[in-house]
Amino acid sequence: MNESHHAFERYEAIWLRVVLVMILVFLVLIAYTALNYGQTIPRGAGQIRVGEVRAGSEFANPRLEQVGNEYVAYVQAFAFGYSPGEMRVKRGRKVTFYVASPDVVHGFMIERTNINVEVVPGYVSKVEYTFDRPGTYKIICHQYCGLGHAKMLSRIVVEE
Amino acid sequence: MAVRTLSRPDAYADAPEKKVTLYLLMLGFVALLIGSLFGPLQALNYSNIDLYPFLRPLVQSYYQGLTLHGVLNAIVFTQLFAQAVLLYLPARSLGLRPNMTLAWVSWWMAFVGLAVAAIPLLGNEATVLYTFYPPLKGHWAFYVGAAVFVLSSWVTGWLVLEMWLRWKRANPGRITPLPAYMSVVHWLMWFLASLGLVVEVAVFLIPWSFGWIEGVDPLLARTLFWFTGHAIVYFWLLPVYVIAYTVLPRQAGGKLVSDPLARVVFLLFLLFSTPVGFHHQFSDPGISNFWKWVHTILTMMVALPSLLTAFTIAASLEVAGRARGGKGLLGWVWALPWNNPSVLAFLLGFILFIPGGAGGMVNASFTLNQGVHNTTWISGHFHMQVAGLVAMGAMGAAFWLIPHLTGKPLVRPGLAWASMWLWFIGMFIMTFALHWMGFLYGVPRRSYIAEVPEAYAGAGPWMVLNAISGVILFVSIIFFFYVIFATALQRRRDFSQVQEIPFAEAISKPEGNSLALLAERVWLWFAVAAGLVLVAYGPVLVGMLVNLNPVPGVRLW
Repeated sequence: MNESHHAFERYEAIWLRVVLVMILVFLVLIAYTALNYGQTIPRGAGQIRVGEVRAGSEFANPRLEQVGNEYVAYVQAFAFGYSPGEMRVKRGRKVTFYVASPDVVHGFMIERTNINVEVVPGYVSKVEYTFDRPGTYKIICHQYCGLGHAKMLSRIVVEE
Repeated sequence: MAVRTLSRPDAYADAPEKKVTLYLLMLGFVALLIGSLFGPLQALNYSNIDLYPFLRPLVQSYYQGLTLHGVLNAIVFTQLFAQAVLLYLPARSLGLRPNMTLAWVSWWMAFVGLAVAAIPLLGNEATVLYTFYPPLKGHWAFYVGAAVFVLSSWVTGWLVLEMWLRWKRANPGRITPLPAYMSVVHWLMWFLASLGLVVEVAVFLIPWSFGWIEGVDPLLARTLFWFTGHAIVYFWLLPVYVIAYTVLPRQAGGKLVSDPLARVVFLLFLLFSTPVGFHHQFSDPGISNFWKWVHTILTMMVALPSLLTAFTIAASLEVAGRARGGKGLLGWVWALPWNNPSVLAFLLGFILFIPGGAGGMVNASFTLNQGVHNTTWISGHFHMQVAGLVAMGAMGAAFWLIPHLTGKPLVRPGLAWASMWLWFIGMFIMTFALHWMGFLYGVPRRSYIAEVPEAYAGAGPWMVLNAISGVILFVSIIFFFYVIFATALQRRRDFSQVQEIPFAEAISKPEGNSLALLAERVWLWFAVAAGLVLVAYGPVLVGMLVNLNPVPGVRLW
């Protein structure tokens, strides 16, 4: 084995360049997808006092409502369930979800979509999505919230 | 061969640092044993085999078991391993002895902290998982015990810094030996990184758990937690990297290819380990996309030192394999000492680390993260890394470190070897299945799936793989712990047979190397790292602190 370190240093320099280019390509791709398909990234929509989630805010009347050609949903994620329960929307129409918790941290994940939200008490989470395929989608709490965590499931039905 | 018995009370009179190292190490392995025994229960849970009801009244729920699994394995074991190895290796490489009084203070702090935290954990009074997100509120003893335990790591860090400063005074102008250099950088990284956790627990959670303050802002608590929470994985990983760089090449029969590059790698960890925490909070409200994007860039940068490590370790192993007669493109791989359990543990651990690292870059990608966040994909990812290279590196090191410290030869090396293969196979199957269950079927992590068997029926075949891996890993655990406890507790002891630590030689040496000289200015780099943290976290934390929105605590388990 030739132990001359010049060979290693040459390969090392090549590898370093490969790695830096790879990282740069990844960052460009992330930026591109965030700018063009980023509406499913959850955003904060301000603070809320936990006491007001069940009384004195939009969330006190949890609902899915049609606004023009779109939907707006005010969802309570609580220990251990969601309100409103099952939601029904038409396919191809944008749904804006506002989610808040009156107790502990919960999750709001919709299977087979990019909707993946942490619901932190004291803060309103907002996320937008357009369902393109009809069907029934599970809504899953994916943040440990206590003994009933695994059973904290709901559904959204997307109709033709 | 002179054989002495354990009855000699001054077996460690010549090297008291060996005794404290052994105590730190073994306390960590006891924690790992208890924590790991819950692992197969978690794996079986995913295939709807629920053994938890049989554990009552000892263990009340799946989530209590999961809390014990996470806290003991990921906080207690990992920290104690770092405290043992990155106290002892720098002491040996500098030829100095740490302040023994403080060394024992650190052990007792760890022990007492662990004991205090264990009471509520075992009593189901702190079933808050290892992330303990408020407003879930555990018993105060959990937070106090955890704080004392974590602060014991600061004492170890100080001991290493003090030894290093002593060495610098005695050796002006010389470059710090590599194992000591890496240890110093590791502890400085941890001082900086652990501030988030320490502030969260000391300023908010402890006063809250005593009832002195009404509530805690859950978002601020999460942010402080993840300030430490990502860097902590490097706190776990770097002790294993130190062994991979400074010992493994020699054990494999070769040399480390580049000493200066190893220093640069550790400096990059010092710089980029901490200002990356928002990639755990991509789905959180209350942090703007701008700051999440900044942390995305910094997170991608922290891939750099691990990718450089992949190069250096692979090249060093190639040197070893060729020195052992391996020929051709891959011949050197088969020529490596696969029969040595210590080397085997690292080889297999690094094999797991490659797909694990690739998955980590997926998680770090702001947009891709939405597809996997908080699913079992994440559990699969960190088991590949922490239960993969970190745990296997620690286990592999134990096979030579325990004999080195105690003078007691390794018992049943064949069983040690088999335990590493079984661990690797079990972890590979399990993490593979967890990744796909999470990504394809949205199976959530940390969830008592056995309670809702129909909910994820589609993921059935992957879930069966979990059960199989759980059984394989259980057998591996039995083998491994038999070997190390039988080794440590046997009566045979012969210090005359003990070999010095097999520190590897480097091909590219640090003396006169400009990179190594630049890297030696540790305080300058520490200041840069602190500045980077200030920029990446300062504005967001200030914003959260002026808009505090405290929420009262609840107990929901």
